[in-house]
Amino acid sequence: MNICVCVKQVPDSWAEKKLSASDSTLDRAAAERVINELDEYAIEEALQIVEAQGGEVTIMSMGPAEAVDSVRKAISMGAHSGIHIADDALHGSDAVATSLVLAKALEGRNFDLIMFGSESTDARMSVVPAMVAARLNLPQMTFASKVEVNGSDLKIHRSTDYGYDEVVSKLPAVISVVEKINEPRYPSFKNIMAAKKAPIESLSLSDIGVDASQVGLATAWSQVSSFADRPAKPAGTVVADEGTGAAKIAEFLTAQKFV
Amino acid sequence: MSEVLVVVDHSAGEVKKVSLELLAMAAGIGSPSAVVVGAGADAAVAALTAHGANVVYVSNDSAVANHVVIPMVDLLAQLVAEKSPAAVLIPSSVDGKEIAGRLAIAVNSGVITDAVAVAADGTATQNVFGGATIVQAKVTHGTPIITVRPNSIAPVEAAGAGTRVDVVLPVSDAAKATTVTNRVAVEKSGRPDLSEASIVVSGGRGVGSDEGFASVIEPLADALGAAVGASRAATDAGWYPHQFQVGQTGKTVSPQLYVANGISGAIQHRAGMQTSKTVVVVNKDAEAPIFDLADFGVVGDLHTVLPELTKILKG
Repeated sequence: MNICVCVKQVPDSWAEKKLSASDSTLDRAAAERVINELDEYAIEEALQIVEAQGGEVTIMSMGPAEAVDSVRKAISMGAHSGIHIADDALHGSDAVATSLVLAKALEGRNFDLIMFGSESTDARMSVVPAMVAARLNLPQMTFASKVEVNGSDLKIHRSTDYGYDEVVSKLPAVISVVEKINEPRYPSFKNIMAAKKAPIESLSLSDIGVDASQVGLATAWSQVSSFADRPAKPAGTVVADEGTGAAKIAEFLTAQKFV
Repeated sequence: MSEVLVVVDHSAGEVKKVSLELLAMAAGIGSPSAVVVGAGADAAVAALTAHGANVVYVSNDSAVANHVVIPMVDLLAQLVAEKSPAAVLIPSSVDGKEIAGRLAIAVNSGVITDAVAVAADGTATQNVFGGATIVQAKVTHGTPIITVRPNSIAPVEAAGAGTRVDVVLPVSDAAKATTVTNRVAVEKSGRPDLSEASIVVSGGRGVGSDEGFASVIEPLADALGAAVGASRAATDAGWYPHQFQVGQTGKTVSPQLYVANGISGAIQHRAGMQTSKTVVVVNKDAEAPIFDLADFGVVGDLHTVLPELTKILKG
């Protein structure tokens, strides 16, 4: 059972995020960079599967030079090796281009499972796993709150608005997992030390057969024309409850025609 | 005028409000055409026509529900090739975003998710970074594929031509690679759907327990006809089910009224609710950052204020 977990380096989700004034892409320097927290659930799930069934977990990330830190962080959770795709031409790539790069890098590596977090906490599009599944023509087993691998059979609980669907497919497949599927582990000291020496393969666009004209900001198929901070909300009325708090809220709701 | 395809979300023919909102949005770009598939699709035609659909593409084939999103993607790809629509509008749901992503690959087009407005020229407005930044963006290649957040526009009752076109739902080998074997519904509360609700009553750490949700938050929600939401602190503590989590890693809601109770307002939570039109806050801590978003706030104990408020509202 060989599993590749695709991770994204993002600004800390507890920090304020900004767009860069020069080209309307994410200002990656504005906040501390961390592994997208939803990807940690995918790493944990992958580790649990290989611990039960044997095999290796590979971490793959596309991103600027610093993203290699997130690959090492993921390896320190217990993964075996890493792949880092970096190329100056990738700056500003949209989801369509990102899925192309990941699919090209994954092609021919014969992973049994390719796993993702269900969304990144910065762009929050939730489309890349489905796009990669489409490009590789693999079953799309996304938004999983439970994963069961049995031989070549895969079963997941796909989260829905009303609860979940039980969905089955064969391996190989693309999985994305939702928060709460598990409790991601903290790296052990031993694994942190091992991660420093773990093999990380560096790939450029030419290594995976993608032309620079297919990716990046200038050729992105969706373009930001302008952006602005949300105007600050005018201060509202705040009162201390002196026994009449409830009545005052009721009054406000009535005045605003909510009741 | 070019068609604008609108993907309809429905349950056994009962059309979800977001689909009617998308028809109103489509009318501002071109001629609205609804695409409705799945068991009970027939029953949706009347409501779609009444809300402006000039064409309704219909298939009652239940296969769409048995194979994860792909039959819908294949049908849309076919319609995009035949009709060259001005845009494809899709609800921003779990399925909707994946339909959009796969469709973008299938028809070589750019995709924009979570728009809250789309101008006649296809420029989409998005609230990103939890609503802190407002972005104008445009698809510059192929057919604009845009997912739209619920509650972005009011549905408009204005009858369209409603020409019915029966379509055959393609079920490809790729679609058959995933099969839904069972659908499990969590207990139905009878409350409105959280993403679509016009009023949301939410609880956080200050609620203190699952019992607190049952005895204080839910009764107030019911008195207001509201959906119930919860902060990550509350769902992490196991006081309320995870699917009701509002925030950065949960649902994003944009109701007319959001009542935040015992929620401090960390960015994790604000990211999921700060585009709400009106915000009412009850919190013991006068310094809680959630008060910055409040149109009306009470510094007090939610365990005394909310039951009293529920009593007043029930008359």
